[in-house]
Amino acid sequence: MAAEIVEGLLKALQLIFSGDPTVVEVTARSVLISGSATTLSVLWGLPIAAAISLRKFPGRFVVKGIFNSLLGVPTVALGLLLYLVFSKSGALGFMRLLYTPSVMIIGQAALITPIVVSFIANAIESVDPEIKDLAKTLGASEIEASVAVMKESLNGIALAIAASFNRAIAELGVALMIGGNIAGVTSVLTTVIALETNREPTPELPIAWTIILLIIVFAVNITINFIRRRKT
Amino acid sequence: MKPLVILQSVSKTYRDITALDKVNLEILEGEVLSLLGPNGSGKTTLLKIMAGIEKPTSGEMRFKDASVNEINTAQLRLKTTMVFQKTTLFSANVYQNIAYGLKIRGLSKMETRGKVKEVLTKVRLEGYEKRQAKKLSGGEQQRVALARALVLEPELLLLDEPTANIDPKNVSIIEDALAWVNKQERTTLVIATHNMFQAETLANRAALLLEGRIAKVGTPQDILSLPPKLLANYARLENIFSGISRVNEGGTSTIDVGQGQRIEAAFQKDGNISVHIRPEDIILSIQPIVSSARNTFVGRITEIFDLGSSVKLKINAGKDFTAQITKRSFNEMGLNLNSKVFIAFKASAIQTI
Repeated sequence: MAAEIVEGLLKALQLIFSGDPTVVEVTARSVLISGSATTLSVLWGLPIAAAISLRKFPGRFVVKGIFNSLLGVPTVALGLLLYLVFSKSGALGFMRLLYTPSVMIIGQAALITPIVVSFIANAIESVDPEIKDLAKTLGASEIEASVAVMKESLNGIALAIAASFNRAIAELGVALMIGGNIAGVTSVLTTVIALETNREPTPELPIAWTIILLIIVFAVNITINFIRRRKT
Repeated sequence: MKPLVILQSVSKTYRDITALDKVNLEILEGEVLSLLGPNGSGKTTLLKIMAGIEKPTSGEMRFKDASVNEINTAQLRLKTTMVFQKTTLFSANVYQNIAYGLKIRGLSKMETRGKVKEVLTKVRLEGYEKRQAKKLSGGEQQRVALARALVLEPELLLLDEPTANIDPKNVSIIEDALAWVNKQERTTLVIATHNMFQAETLANRAALLLEGRIAKVGTPQDILSLPPKLLANYARLENIFSGISRVNEGGTSTIDVGQGQRIEAAFQKDGNISVHIRPEDIILSIQPIVSSARNTFVGRITEIFDLGSSVKLKINAGKDFTAQITKRSFNEMGLNLNSKVFIAFKASAIQTI
């Protein structure tokens, strides 16, 4: 068994470095889908996080509580919900997005939005409360002062984005249920690893994809850590 | 001098806590006003209202004869600035910290560079532009915070205990910079402080804030030489003695303060009493003092506190006395720990509390 794994590992490395077209295609699609989902979730999540952490409005803590609770939503539960919404008879079935990369982007974005909102809101709230007053007393407007606070929380925001991307690229439930693992269309690293391990006579291809997935996750974390260290 | 700021019946409440209660105060153009008062007396809230970062719950604030409201608060913030008690810095280098306000005001990079360089000279941090502000020492950080305010050339500079918890060398640099900006730039300063000596040396006027109300406004000497009963609670009152007082034939009173020590006061009171002597009113000498002062003692120095331009000494002469003298006198007398010293103070320097 151990010999098989080592052999699979060596063949996997060979596949990676030889630029196997399937490996390249699945990897590129995974990064593109999860990268787009992260961008989308930051676009709508950042203003929500800023509002929760910088503005005082009635129900602020309820909104925050909801996003915190959604952190633990099982991916298959969300996948099922989105499947029902986007299937032919679903509310958004007319858009014909089921089993397309677009719906996978939307699904992953929905999955990671609670991470983006909760982590960024916490990062902003952990900034010294006097920073906002300081910016104001130096002449900043309300918006400029809020930007100053967000700049102070850049480390936390970067960490939230990295965690969100990692969660998106490593999740299986949503990608499988609304993406369908269609070869050449919606297959991504996690779906091919999960579904094709038993189908392949030798495990080198799934091992190659697992290594790539781990490399991507580590690379994102190392890059974010490097940026954070340079900032401080 | 014309008033720069007029506070009319300004109150501030946070839920059920009253931080300021109908404060009436005028800040005159070009003056240095020190704001005295114990912790929680409302000094910081008052400064924040004048800085335009807190709104009064009721009352009116006028700046240069115009009422400050929601619309022109932004304009007010461009003319005043505040240095906080807790040094607050952006996570950036010294240059970026100081340039922040100039950037808000739309100054060009070239102008900004020149002004930052100039202000760093005033706080003696030349060449510190690229250093990470938060990695500097506490005193240096507070000098960056001061430079960041000074560079804006505000009409009104508000300082919340600017020298609390920093070392004497940095205190001296900050005091010099404040004195310079007031004299040369005619900047109006309001300084909240606990340091009575600082209040006396830097300020033209002082206001005493107690429990959110202005208890007294006058010269620093007026306030410091007439401690009202409420002042007994005021932090950092030194040389407080309690004992039994007996009226003498000559019209003075002798107070037995314990440990065999008696002090003579210029008032006539019998019975239990608490008195206070300002550290600045105690004369110190290395030779026996021959003077009209009714109280003379001999003792040894037990503690020395360097306050920058002055030195505070604790002297054990049966009872512990605190005296404050200039750094120059301290050096000229060659004083040290355990040095034998003679102290004297007039009967009229003793005040009841």
